[in-house]
Amino acid sequence: MLIPSRNRGGLSRRRFVTGLSAGGLVAALPRPLLARTPTAGQIPPVARPRWDLRVGRTRIEIDRKVLHAPCIGGDVPGPILRWRQGDTVSINVTNTLADEETSIHWHGLRLPAAMDGVPGLSFAGIAPGKTFTYRFPITQSGTYWYHSHSGMQEAQGLYGAIVIDPPAPDPQPCARDYVILLSEWSDVSPMDMLDNLKMQDDYYVFRQRTLASLPREARAAGGTLAALKDRLAWSRMRMAATDIADVTGVIYTYLLNGHAPDMNWNAIFTPGERVRLRFINGASMTFFDIRIPGLEMLVVAADGNAVEPVPVDEFRIGVAETYDVIVQPTQARAYTIFAQSEDRTGYARGTLAPQPGMSGPIPPMDPRPVRTMVDMGMGDMKPGESMHGMAMPGHRHGSAMAGMDMADHKTQPPMSGMPMPRHEEGAMDDMDMKDMQPAPTALGGHGHGHSLPMPAAHLHKPGTMDHDAPAADMAPVLEVDDPGPPPLNVENQNIARMPTDRLASPGDGLEHNGRRVLSYSQLRATRPGTDPRPPTREIIMHLTGNMERYIWGFNGRKFSESGPIRLRRNERVRFTLINDTMMEHPIHLHGLWSELENGQGAYRPYKHTLISQPGSKLSYLVTADAPGLWAYHCHLMLHMETGMFRTVIVE
Amino acid sequence: MRRALLAAALLLPVTALPALARSQTHGQTITTARKTATATLRKPPPGPAYHAADAPTNAPVAYVGGMKPVMDQGRYLHGILDQLEGRYAPGGTDFRWDGEAWYGGDYNRLWLKSEGTLEHGRLHDGDHELLYSRAVSPYWNVQAGVRADIDDGPTRTWGALGVQGLALYQFEFQATAYVSDRGRFASRIEGSYDFLLTNRLILQPQAEFNLYTKSDPARQVGAGLSDVDAGLRLRYEVWRKFAPYVAVSYAGYLTQARRIVHDQHGESGALRLTFGVRSWF
Repeated sequence: MLIPSRNRGGLSRRRFVTGLSAGGLVAALPRPLLARTPTAGQIPPVARPRWDLRVGRTRIEIDRKVLHAPCIGGDVPGPILRWRQGDTVSINVTNTLADEETSIHWHGLRLPAAMDGVPGLSFAGIAPGKTFTYRFPITQSGTYWYHSHSGMQEAQGLYGAIVIDPPAPDPQPCARDYVILLSEWSDVSPMDMLDNLKMQDDYYVFRQRTLASLPREARAAGGTLAALKDRLAWSRMRMAATDIADVTGVIYTYLLNGHAPDMNWNAIFTPGERVRLRFINGASMTFFDIRIPGLEMLVVAADGNAVEPVPVDEFRIGVAETYDVIVQPTQARAYTIFAQSEDRTGYARGTLAPQPGMSGPIPPMDPRPVRTMVDMGMGDMKPGESMHGMAMPGHRHGSAMAGMDMADHKTQPPMSGMPMPRHEEGAMDDMDMKDMQPAPTALGGHGHGHSLPMPAAHLHKPGTMDHDAPAADMAPVLEVDDPGPPPLNVENQNIARMPTDRLASPGDGLEHNGRRVLSYSQLRATRPGTDPRPPTREIIMHLTGNMERYIWGFNGRKFSESGPIRLRRNERVRFTLINDTMMEHPIHLHGLWSELENGQGAYRPYKHTLISQPGSKLSYLVTADAPGLWAYHCHLMLHMETGMFRTVIVE
Repeated sequence: MRRALLAAALLLPVTALPALARSQTHGQTITTARKTATATLRKPPPGPAYHAADAPTNAPVAYVGGMKPVMDQGRYLHGILDQLEGRYAPGGTDFRWDGEAWYGGDYNRLWLKSEGTLEHGRLHDGDHELLYSRAVSPYWNVQAGVRADIDDGPTRTWGALGVQGLALYQFEFQATAYVSDRGRFASRIEGSYDFLLTNRLILQPQAEFNLYTKSDPARQVGAGLSDVDAGLRLRYEVWRKFAPYVAVSYAGYLTQARRIVHDQHGESGALRLTFGVRSWF
């Protein structure tokens, strides 16, 4: 029976009949609407401080993929927990799993370290048959989520949304309020994924550049020779420009509130109403690009914290991030909530409609992004060139001249899809490459300020992130933990020699797409930060990895080869992330806020998870005001499990 | 002259070793000082005032219940049969396999390599190696161990030392030097490349060369470049782990070995239409 929907414990009669009438031949047609759980995405009517959650395995079938999923209350995602700021919540989590421990981590919540739910760091985990009571005061409000931090249970279904009511009336009142939790579903266990990736890093990628795709690339690059040169340059580096996601729609079905695209999750509105949509990326390996064709979205919160409203057509949500958006549909028609995966191998989809059961048109997916030299952090240096000997105390990458060249390149007028004029001077291999790609950081659709690369003098130099100009930030940073350029070793295959500021870029694949796409530089908190102190210490962390061996880490080392990051109590620290890999990494610091230095001065957005774009450099401030052991890691599950994880100790 | 060339060829894998290691970790003294994942954790040597906030320390973190939050030291087991094929000829079809398996973590692995050809009911070119493999750079592993030539000919055993990895432009490459229990030297160089015609249809040229310092007529081995086994395989990856292929393969003896085989009235080389399956787990 080719029934796309999920069922557990056999087919219901209705589904069986639907399946019959549909037959096998309509496999390619839109499937009938089968609203599964009418409550999915519905926020409980009132906040409650006490919850009992039972973790067990349940047989769930979605999109013909059967999984004995670890989950809460037999459902994926788990229940939406609604709390109220100011309350002390008490959650009893009972582990009914046969022979594995479990845990629940409250993602983005500020709480005592012992309640954070990370086995080994916060507590010893919850053994089978045992109950653990989490108890902590709620000091914040907004959209968050929870997930297991044990084994890889999160990847298989142990996650859910948290909505916390603010103490005061919401400054953005909405008639309707929905949670939209995006995730993945696969019958391949994450352990098997990792096993396959260790043997073949592009195991799940079937969109490589091939002979068959050469004519298309040649057209885009303005010549076969140019396309071949580009390929050769990537091949020489033993990397693939098509490496966007490690695990893809080849095995994933993308879910929206636990619904496969053909199950068409529905949210109801009355025309003219303001509808709040609380987007949560609960996936383990997938970034989503979200839009609702025909509707403008007003981004009003990021990672639970209110931001000045930004009207956008589209935004990218990294794994573990949350965004609240408000839409105001005026027509009585169906609008499609379309969340395509960054690599464009699939999408999650739902519908906003005045009546249940409606569906709107599904837009085609965009072309998949292709990585460029900017993602390699290469500027205009040759891939093989060593920067050793150039490394100086200022930790400057590249000479001033090189930096000038780079700026020159990027300030070319953006001509999306058109070959850029060749530069006569020093036409090195990868310069040629860049010539073939549209200028990476030029004007997006919205004409907002743009991330032109910083001049060389500012590149990669501690304490000179020049987003926040105020005098406070000009104060000297007393202590700098600079690991230096990462080594090229077993665990690291690339050095971003010219990392650029990409905060104004919405991300690979979203530039110049004709839509207004959110970028980090647009996020502005609605109130100034609570800690005005300038940082007294800067910690530079390089994100590193070896795709070929599938090892990830920081500073060329995986977790097991590193020590903890020690912060003094109440220390004010600037973290600077330099991404030497060619992938995005959503970096999550538990227990403490990450205040992104994105040029908004004192109105820095407070986030718990930050996307570090490939080849980029960004910084954020942290106040170490919560003692204990905290996890600090890339939220791509397989990156975390292979070493991109550190323990932060606040003493 | 020929001797010099031969010596150079034999030395290639050995000399390539440190050179490769050097080229990959050029000047990166800071962290290559760390030898193994489990070695005593050392402070970086003096140099520029670099200090990593997450530098390895001697004061281990007291994890609750001794539980490590992530398992980045997993061990894996994989095996691949690159060649499992019939080489068609009017006089009789040869059957050949060539594969390898490994078990271990990111740095240390145990490798097993095996290849052989069944020809007219006789097994020859049987070559089996058990190697310890150590990752030394982003793309290269150093391998050392033993090789046994076990087939229907006389058995020979060798000590082996070589490199295996991914060369520039994504060439798969292996070069190994051998020294036998009788004090002879040999070398093997293997390479292959995947041309993606589509994402599933892949054309792979592959070649393997064997060199020896001394002839061994009982094993059809000649001094110098002794034999070559090459193929041009067009495979279709039905699944990643299962790909049937059609190929032309060439197995032949060269230089002195060619004369030895000729004197033994053997076939000195043949280009054959070949069918097979590439699979792995």
